[in-house]
Amino acid sequence: MSLLVLEQVTVRFGGLVAVNDVSFHVGEGEVFALVGPNGAGKSTVFNLISRFYDPAHGDIRFREKSILGLRPDQVPALGIARTFQNIELFEQSTVLQNLLVGRHRHRRSSLVSELFFAPQVRSEERRHRQVVEEVIDFLELQAYRDKTIAGLAYGVRKVVELARALATEPRILLLDEPASGLSLEETQDMIFWIEDIKKQMGITVLMVEHDMNLVASVSDRVLALADGKELAIGSAQDVQSHPAVIEAYLGSGGRAGHDG
Amino acid sequence: MLHCRQQCDGNHPVWGVGELDLLQLSISGLANGCVYGLIALGFVLIYKATEAVNFAQGDFMMFGAFITIWLANSYYLGINFWVAVSIAVLIMGMLGYLLDMIVLRRMFGQPQIAVVILTIALGFILRFLAGAIWAHEPQSLEFPLAGEKITLGGLVLGVEEVAVILVTFALCGLLYLFFSRSRLGMAMQAASQNQLAAYFMGVPVKRIQSLVWALGGMVAAVAGVLFASKGAIDPSTGLLGIKAFAAAVIGGFGSLPGALIGGIIIGLVEPFAAYGLPAGYSQIAPYLIMLLVLIFRPHGLFSQVQKKKV
Repeated sequence: MSLLVLEQVTVRFGGLVAVNDVSFHVGEGEVFALVGPNGAGKSTVFNLISRFYDPAHGDIRFREKSILGLRPDQVPALGIARTFQNIELFEQSTVLQNLLVGRHRHRRSSLVSELFFAPQVRSEERRHRQVVEEVIDFLELQAYRDKTIAGLAYGVRKVVELARALATEPRILLLDEPASGLSLEETQDMIFWIEDIKKQMGITVLMVEHDMNLVASVSDRVLALADGKELAIGSAQDVQSHPAVIEAYLGSGGRAGHDG
Repeated sequence: MLHCRQQCDGNHPVWGVGELDLLQLSISGLANGCVYGLIALGFVLIYKATEAVNFAQGDFMMFGAFITIWLANSYYLGINFWVAVSIAVLIMGMLGYLLDMIVLRRMFGQPQIAVVILTIALGFILRFLAGAIWAHEPQSLEFPLAGEKITLGGLVLGVEEVAVILVTFALCGLLYLFFSRSRLGMAMQAASQNQLAAYFMGVPVKRIQSLVWALGGMVAAVAGVLFASKGAIDPSTGLLGIKAFAAAVIGGFGSLPGALIGGIIIGLVEPFAAYGLPAGYSQIAPYLIMLLVLIFRPHGLFSQVQKKKV
């Protein structure tokens, strides 16, 4: 069954067509990657699903229901979580606090019971804490639990953002360039984690990534975009060897040289 | 303005010398400082959540006080004091919420100076409205326990001053619980630290910002009730918001406890400057302290600004 469906989606910014008639579907339990040169419209697709942009045409459905009528803050309630290319964390808070904010959508208690710390609030709090601790263990963040984000290294912050997305217990995880800025070793960790997220946690993953090594290692299917249009879809190898994709990356000059 | 200054600072009779007097001076300074602190708290709350400085915060305080006076005083409606206070707090909360929803949200994307001018103008409007409705004569709130004295040893305290201090600390305790424990309070903190990320955790950022304005209005109303219980208030009293702004700067403009402590510092310095220094110095003392803080600790005494690592 398709979890997420984009149907003939077009986005215009003034005269620029950022996404041009793009359709794809992400199946339940799949790792689906969007690749393409800068400006191809990959991040725009993420911002569409996150409801930051409205499409000029087309429909986006999650679990068979259109999400175009929702506000950005209503999207997480469906079980859609995301990370950002430029890491958006709560800088003055600790790692633990950041992850606990990830539990926001699951909190049910009323203001009065919270202020008096009623028993049901305490048991709810314990459950949130337990979920967060499991995520901390999974991503090996124990050493940073009580550290403030502002003082952490880039690679660690990247993992904290992934952790916060997981703490929301999503059905689908949108990863915006999970490996950008990471060392080789850190990228290797990221590959293992994405595999575990898929296999152990059963979470569907939609990602934008430039690192073709990571894409080829974890993706079930890959969609290549350029200038807002679909170029090719299929396995990582098929897409990488597709002539249109090679042309988009290297330019027609590259191919002309090859031909000559 | 001059009139206001006398209202704000002139209500201390000439004290004799002695330790008890100093203690008494401290307590009345502390009570004043609590009111400054609560207004400063409003400044910081709204600034942290929306990056706008509400220069009408002092006028919010004044307006909240007048609504309470209008509801509770015997020569106006004369309803029960506690009911009047609750209604005034609610009205000011609604005023804050609607102001953000209807006016400030439209300013999104405009330069910060536009918001500054807007809130200054808002202060003028509130001052004018209060003058038009309730006239410009100073009025006091008919506080049920007014005039009673608490005697501790040789120390004689007005019940109003003790009430101001106790209510301020109780309110701060409540705010602390609200921000550290409640879902809404944590959503407010999240939205103030990173709006984009807050959206993706399911926080309705725009509504949260309106609610912060509501909270700012409610805290201002409480400050107004406290102020009008222990002294007279007139429409231009709201200008003491400038002094509370100095308190917020001293505290680090971004730290809630800092705002309260900044207010208390100013409240304490004023009567002692009036006591020990030539006339007039007590009025510039708060700003002198602000300048010193800005020179020696530019981010304030309780700053939360982290130094950028290079």
